[in-house]
Amino acid sequence: MSGEKMLLEMVGVHKRFPGVYALKDVTFDLSAGEVHALLGENGAGKSTLIKILGGIYTIDEGEIIIDGVKTPIHSVADAQKNHISIIHQELSQVPHMTIAENIFLGKEIKGPLFTVRRGEMVKKAQELLAGYDFHVPADSPLSSLTLAQRQMIEIIKAVSFNARILVMDEPTSSLSDKEVDFLFRTIRRLRADGVGIIYISHRLSELFAISDRVTVLRDGAVIGTRVTREVQQNELIAMMVGRPLTNYYTRTYQEQRGDEVLRLEHVSSGDLVRDVSFSVYKGEILGLAGLMGAGRSEICRTIFGLDPMLEGDIFVEGQKVKISAAEDAIRLGIALVPEDRKREGIFSIKDVSFNITLKLLRQIIRGIKVDRPMERRVVDEHISGLSIKTPSPQQAVGNLSGGNQQKVVIARWLATQPKILILDEPTRGVDVGAKAEIYAIMNELARRGVAVIMVSSELPEVINMSDRVLVIGGGTVRGDLDRHEVTQEKIMTYATEGM
Amino acid sequence: MQNETTIIASRRRALASPFIKFFRDNAAILIGLLAISLLIQMLSGNGNFLGGLFFKQSNIMNVLRQVAINAMLACGMCIVIILGGIDISVGSVIAFSGVIAAGMITNYQLPVWLAVLGGMVVGLLCGMFNGFIISTTPLPPFIVTLAMMQIARGFAYIYTSGAPIRTMYPEFYNLGTLFVWGIPIQVIYAVVIVAFSIYLLNRTKMGRHIYAVGGNREAARFAGINDKRILFFAYSYSGLLAGICGVVLAARMFSGQPTAGDGQEMETIASTVLGGTSMLGGQGTIGGTMIGVLIMGSLSNGMNLLGINSFWQYVVKGVVILFAVYIDVLKKRAKDVKSLGKNILASEAAAPAKE
Repeated sequence: MSGEKMLLEMVGVHKRFPGVYALKDVTFDLSAGEVHALLGENGAGKSTLIKILGGIYTIDEGEIIIDGVKTPIHSVADAQKNHISIIHQELSQVPHMTIAENIFLGKEIKGPLFTVRRGEMVKKAQELLAGYDFHVPADSPLSSLTLAQRQMIEIIKAVSFNARILVMDEPTSSLSDKEVDFLFRTIRRLRADGVGIIYISHRLSELFAISDRVTVLRDGAVIGTRVTREVQQNELIAMMVGRPLTNYYTRTYQEQRGDEVLRLEHVSSGDLVRDVSFSVYKGEILGLAGLMGAGRSEICRTIFGLDPMLEGDIFVEGQKVKISAAEDAIRLGIALVPEDRKREGIFSIKDVSFNITLKLLRQIIRGIKVDRPMERRVVDEHISGLSIKTPSPQQAVGNLSGGNQQKVVIARWLATQPKILILDEPTRGVDVGAKAEIYAIMNELARRGVAVIMVSSELPEVINMSDRVLVIGGGTVRGDLDRHEVTQEKIMTYATEGM
Repeated sequence: MQNETTIIASRRRALASPFIKFFRDNAAILIGLLAISLLIQMLSGNGNFLGGLFFKQSNIMNVLRQVAINAMLACGMCIVIILGGIDISVGSVIAFSGVIAAGMITNYQLPVWLAVLGGMVVGLLCGMFNGFIISTTPLPPFIVTLAMMQIARGFAYIYTSGAPIRTMYPEFYNLGTLFVWGIPIQVIYAVVIVAFSIYLLNRTKMGRHIYAVGGNREAARFAGINDKRILFFAYSYSGLLAGICGVVLAARMFSGQPTAGDGQEMETIASTVLGGTSMLGGQGTIGGTMIGVLIMGSLSNGMNLLGINSFWQYVVKGVVILFAVYIDVLKKRAKDVKSLGKNILASEAAAPAKE
């Protein structure tokens, strides 16, 4: 830009795939010691851009300039040579190996006769960790760390091998607020050291907290670059979706509290759920807030019969029930949209139709005949009802965007007409437009009398969508807040109590 | 507009019958099968195509008779592999159930129908044992069925002291040697079992749940599917089919032989994988598997017609498996890239407003 020397410049970059124009004339720059956020809906071209920097894709047209020198990147080796390092959303680590072995993976310190100097590697790794105030033994297995800590290892590994350009693809998507703080401290340190950081996240609040500039992509083109201090959130959303998004959170509250649908009394299970009691009412959205590992997902799993209940009672519509397997819960009208969509929610190689109708087979299969017209009708109904964007019902779900995958899982459960819908992190890894649509779906369900339980780590979402918020900590209910009294501060106070 | 294209696309697909879909999905291996059989026909006629031996009616019947056992076993194997597992015990279970059936007749003078049932129950029990261990412990299917492979073979030897048990009752050997309307009886068994397996996988809740558990076991659990029951069923079914094959084979050979079915599991796994069933689970069809079975059978038959040394036949089969599966993987990858492109288009088309 204006005379200032740039660490990285991408000028007029074009990238086409068969039938798809993924990047159109993209120009982007990054200076040393800057955090430059990249924003855009899924499919906007962010991933393509990252893969070009990482050497996985090669550009069709345009130039990549590093330190003022034109530098073609044709391979992963080229990227590494130019000190570009990418922290992927899904970590590329070997959990069974030790922290030290992971840090030195592929760059082992060699001794004589094809041996590696294990002791030296551990010592060096320990020094690196200490440099980041990260005190864990370097010879302990990676699998003993939390997800956030593993992410830190990945970052330390990248930086220790002289990364000058660091790309972070949704690094916080599975971190709790406390862990995000830790990550941000590290990012600020790297920035002070002169590393240029490209930061990708769907969480707008984070971009305002950490980035210096924001570039918005849409449909493979740059819509604009703004200095973060000088831009409003609404403006960014409008740039991303191409229209002003008026009501991001849709919520129509009921006048009166409905009948009780589900009640837990002194429920305990596993190591993480202790003496939990609460009620959920018809037509309300109950938010479960708390830190990562507080036991929220485990409470959901217990209600749904996936974890055995050790003590306590569960009542559905006033009747005491026994839930010992997911089948029992489903029969009682309970549905669970799980937290980890890829692992627990979707059948990615199977098509949209298969995924939606999985809980409807009794209606669709009659005797020896599959009722194809009925199957198609149900599937089309849900595709249009939840506006799932898919080229056809025969598209493999793994090829859809995160938001649409989530809608497919929701559709599967709506088809069972549940009375109680549990949504565990319903908008994780979902772009802004689809988020607003999922909120609207939740609101509509509550309006129709479904009792919705929503686990979420995103406080704005919890605060704006819930009738009531339960704060979970240490496996139990720490606070019960009405929507009129709920604030971020109150939630965080309860959540961190006794820590 | 998005909606309209979706509807049109789904209509177009609705028109394509399962029959056409079968040809489209299995085009590569069908061409392979055709190429192999045409080549054999040509060579066996010394260049005179019409004079070839392969397509003679009697030879076609021969091929079908030879592949019948493999076809039945492959139905179970296909389901097990869709579930992400493997069953290498089928060859030994064939021997075990065969010697029990023959023994019940020869050693204890029991009625033939009871002996047939006994052989099938032995197979079923072996399969149920596999299924029980695999569904309730974290032991990998390869190890569990490897153990069963040894155990069943061992029992077959123990029971017979290593020598075949001869049975000359026509009621028994007819079950493996009879021709019905000019068709070998085991071909009829195979057709029934293949038809049932197709029905099971495509037209029942169980079938969909098999694909679900194979595609993503964790997600299946979260969808309220009893994954353990599915696994238990699949291995039991595979065992039962091995039991049936054991009885049929014993009938055809007039004896229960402790060495029967040796190496059969590899032939069956090869056929299943040739037929496009993914070893990673979640994908595969009985239809494709049957093409795989026919390819393996045509190769053996053809090489015999051509008088190729049976030692060389192993080498040829190995090369064909490697080549065919490689082509299939390439084809699938090409398809993935295509749908990836479509996906990017779809989400980008979706991004602008929906006014």
